[in-house]
Amino acid sequence: MNFEPFILTLKLATLTTCLLFMVGIPLAYWLAYSKYRIKYVVEALVSMPLVLPPTVLGFYLLLAFSPENQLGKFLDQYFDLRLVFTFHGLVLASVIYSLPFMVQPLRSGFSGIPNAWLDAAKTMGKSSWATLFRILLPNMKNALITAGVLTFAHTIGEFGVVLMVGGNIPKETRVISVAIYNEVEGMNYTMANQYSLLLIAFSFTVLLVTYLINHRKNHMLSYD
Amino acid sequence: MIELSLKKALTGAEGKIALDISCQIQSGELVGLYGPSGAGKSSVLRMIAGLMRPNEGVLTVGIETWIDTENKVFLKPEKRNIGMIFQEHSIFPNMTVYENLVFALDKGQDKSFVDELLDSIGMEKMAGQSPMKLSGGQKQRVALARAMVRKPKILLLDEPLSSLDMEMRRNLQEYIVKFHREYGLTTLLVSHDASEISRMAQRVLVLENGQFSFDGSPELFFKA
Repeated sequence: MNFEPFILTLKLATLTTCLLFMVGIPLAYWLAYSKYRIKYVVEALVSMPLVLPPTVLGFYLLLAFSPENQLGKFLDQYFDLRLVFTFHGLVLASVIYSLPFMVQPLRSGFSGIPNAWLDAAKTMGKSSWATLFRILLPNMKNALITAGVLTFAHTIGEFGVVLMVGGNIPKETRVISVAIYNEVEGMNYTMANQYSLLLIAFSFTVLLVTYLINHRKNHMLSYD
Repeated sequence: MIELSLKKALTGAEGKIALDISCQIQSGELVGLYGPSGAGKSSVLRMIAGLMRPNEGVLTVGIETWIDTENKVFLKPEKRNIGMIFQEHSIFPNMTVYENLVFALDKGQDKSFVDELLDSIGMEKMAGQSPMKLSGGQKQRVALARAMVRKPKILLLDEPLSSLDMEMRRNLQEYIVKFHREYGLTTLLVSHDASEISRMAQRVLVLENGQFSFDGSPELFFKA
């Protein structure tokens, strides 16, 4: 079996998850605590990938990234960055597509922290940074784990966006879901079957381990 | 001396209240803030702490101006040297009892004061414990010690005793009075328990319909 698509998929999912933690934590923090009404607009936008068919998002990303378009041309000329049919493009598309899977659990995590804790930290002279890293994040580990795993798993299962933006280039954009599709197209059912089983086994293990960890944590954290 | 004159439009469970209060509190006083629930007692404390902004008004503490809406002065809560205890438990569960107190230290402040405080609330043996294992009364005792870590001159108590049973309540009342005397604090205690205020405070401010309707000795007020 050729493991390349599987390894490429893991690379994509890991990178997407890391980037989304960096984007998702500030965004979820802002959504949880901001008093500006515009946050509802932002929240709706963040959740759009949940309801849109992946092809819609993929189609517009394809248009936007295309070198014939302003954005694509700008990136190509000034940063030498091509996002259509490249791994970089896949990462960016995945980040946008998996955004709600990162932001929503984190947002509920932030909202679950009692206000009195934040007020107490403020009256102790603590900055928002200190409060975020010492109080908020350490007390929402479950939300962090859930957000990370959902994002990772969702990226692994991506198909529509990946195919639209990345196409089907071996070692560059042929992730496992595309590889399965490719094998089925070529009537190569044995290969498709092997890839699919691998994906099922992997996803199941990841989810099982997560639930076990979360359950243990909950158990340890519960009062009495 | 604390001198305040503050206005704030509040929306509570019982409709709108136009809070319009002014008073002077001498240093070293222990003042009870009494009134029906929803009268805005907590809001008064929160404005002094800087956790809530008044619509207009002035608040001076000694020679410092903490709030002066006309001149756009609003000192952030982080910059006001106060200690505050809340009705809900605000001990951070991700830290031990000792770490909770250490977290409150200012940069460069000596840690030995933490041990001294734990000693004086009789919890030196529980320093390494997780706060999850403490009773409600013990948690509030830790909160009291933690509020004292930065050696504040003002202690604000937002019904910290209301969720405790009688015995624990008495116990904590004694600690509060002890700290108040020992550290020369100016203390404001919000409570809707007449006997508690009679026992602890030398002066009671009664908040009704957004204004202080009584200012004087608790014996005089509660006897009437």
